[in-house]
Amino acid sequence: MAKRVGQKTLVFEHAPQIVSFASVGGKMEGEGPLANGFTILTEDDKLGQDSWEKAESCLQASAISHALKSARLQAEQINLHLGGDLLNQCIATNFAMRNYPIPLTGLYGACSTFALALGMGALAVDAGGFDYISTAASSHFCSAEKQFRFPLEYGGQPTPTAQRTATAAGAVILAPNETPETQGICVSAAVFGHVLDYGVSDPNEMGAAMAPAAFDTIAQFLRDTQTAPQDYDLILTGDLGAIGSRLLLELANRDNLVLRDVHRDCGLLLYDIQKQDAGAGGSGIGCSAAVLCASILPQMRDGKLKRVLFVGTGALLSAITPLQGENIPAIAHAALLENRTHQ
Amino acid sequence: MVRDASPKSPHTRHFLLSFLVGGAICMLGQALWLCFEALGCNEDEVRALVPMSLILLTAVSTAAGVFDKLAKHAGAGAGVPITGFANAIVSPSMEHKSEGFLLGVGANLFRLAGPVLAFGSAAAMLYGAIYYFASKGGG
Repeated sequence: MAKRVGQKTLVFEHAPQIVSFASVGGKMEGEGPLANGFTILTEDDKLGQDSWEKAESCLQASAISHALKSARLQAEQINLHLGGDLLNQCIATNFAMRNYPIPLTGLYGACSTFALALGMGALAVDAGGFDYISTAASSHFCSAEKQFRFPLEYGGQPTPTAQRTATAAGAVILAPNETPETQGICVSAAVFGHVLDYGVSDPNEMGAAMAPAAFDTIAQFLRDTQTAPQDYDLILTGDLGAIGSRLLLELANRDNLVLRDVHRDCGLLLYDIQKQDAGAGGSGIGCSAAVLCASILPQMRDGKLKRVLFVGTGALLSAITPLQGENIPAIAHAALLENRTHQ
Repeated sequence: MVRDASPKSPHTRHFLLSFLVGGAICMLGQALWLCFEALGCNEDEVRALVPMSLILLTAVSTAAGVFDKLAKHAGAGAGVPITGFANAIVSPSMEHKSEGFLLGVGANLFRLAGPVLAFGSAAAMLYGAIYYFASKGGG
């Protein structure tokens, strides 16, 4: 059973273990610094489909099937799937899951969805009744541009603050731990954030909109668990990009929290923003999911990282809310990942 | 705080590039003009043929995925001439092909160019009315 410590943090007594993970990336992701970590990279961003939406579904389905394969599991053995994406009505997730006889719960937390899925998944596994729970999340540059911005071939000039939606997906399979002496990587705690509105209203400044939410959730977690940033090998946000990351460090400094040494951002890890045309960094649900599964979890498996606080940040907007003059509120959920084998 | 943390748009570079590319497109227009003249077209025909050629070139380069890359750097230089308008029509029709010919391409064709048409026509009507009454009053 989960135990609440402090105000909001949930600590899992039998921390659910991550039995397998997989990541899928598109062409530009394959040209980035994490290329070697991906389970599968595709040259064709359409994945042989006739629409971008179908391509995104394929991306997510492919991540799930590779995670199943790597754990040597059949879809029938999974008791619950938690997944999400950016498209209206979570359509990429729903359509990807047509191929699997797994009970499905669609989640939406914008770019925080994967952290939300890991937190919810761990909570459910720890509560009992599940042998395996799979989680997955995806985003696709082209389907996101189509839904939120302009047609792909439209000649517009992006602002330097804009981030690039990743064409990527990640999947993780969770299983219960019978004993508190966990082996391998586990999800040992989670904190679910609340919606924060700091008045940012420009959809090109999503990093800035999300930074306060990321800070709030990180500060909440550290307060609840009475720990300091240096107790972690990595505090990983996804995805604040260059500007949001700078703002997060500044907000933390005001509160006398020094995050500089331990903080990294998925949006800045996925692409090399000096060389690649990715604006202020990557974004999109698939960005943090893929960075976690292609780079962070492999490093944890190898014992290079032992304690990672994974903080997913989501900018809450639809294609119409900015036009109606609404601000962009944000939310951040965090999951604590630990590898206790190498302690 | 957000403003301090955000990089500024490189205005000088944008102005320079849009000036150069915009100028190049106009030069191309002029070159086409001279070509059509040399082919023996009269002035009325040339007036119609030059914009038509530029629209065709934009449509083809949009379809080939080249125009958006040019416009990303050239900004208003590629957007303000008739080329920008052609791109604004062709790009949504390509994007929404997957939703069918009628409700996909047809319904979204003017998704970007619609406001230009609506307010352009409104401005033309207003200007026409002013011109009509002003010329009547004067003469």
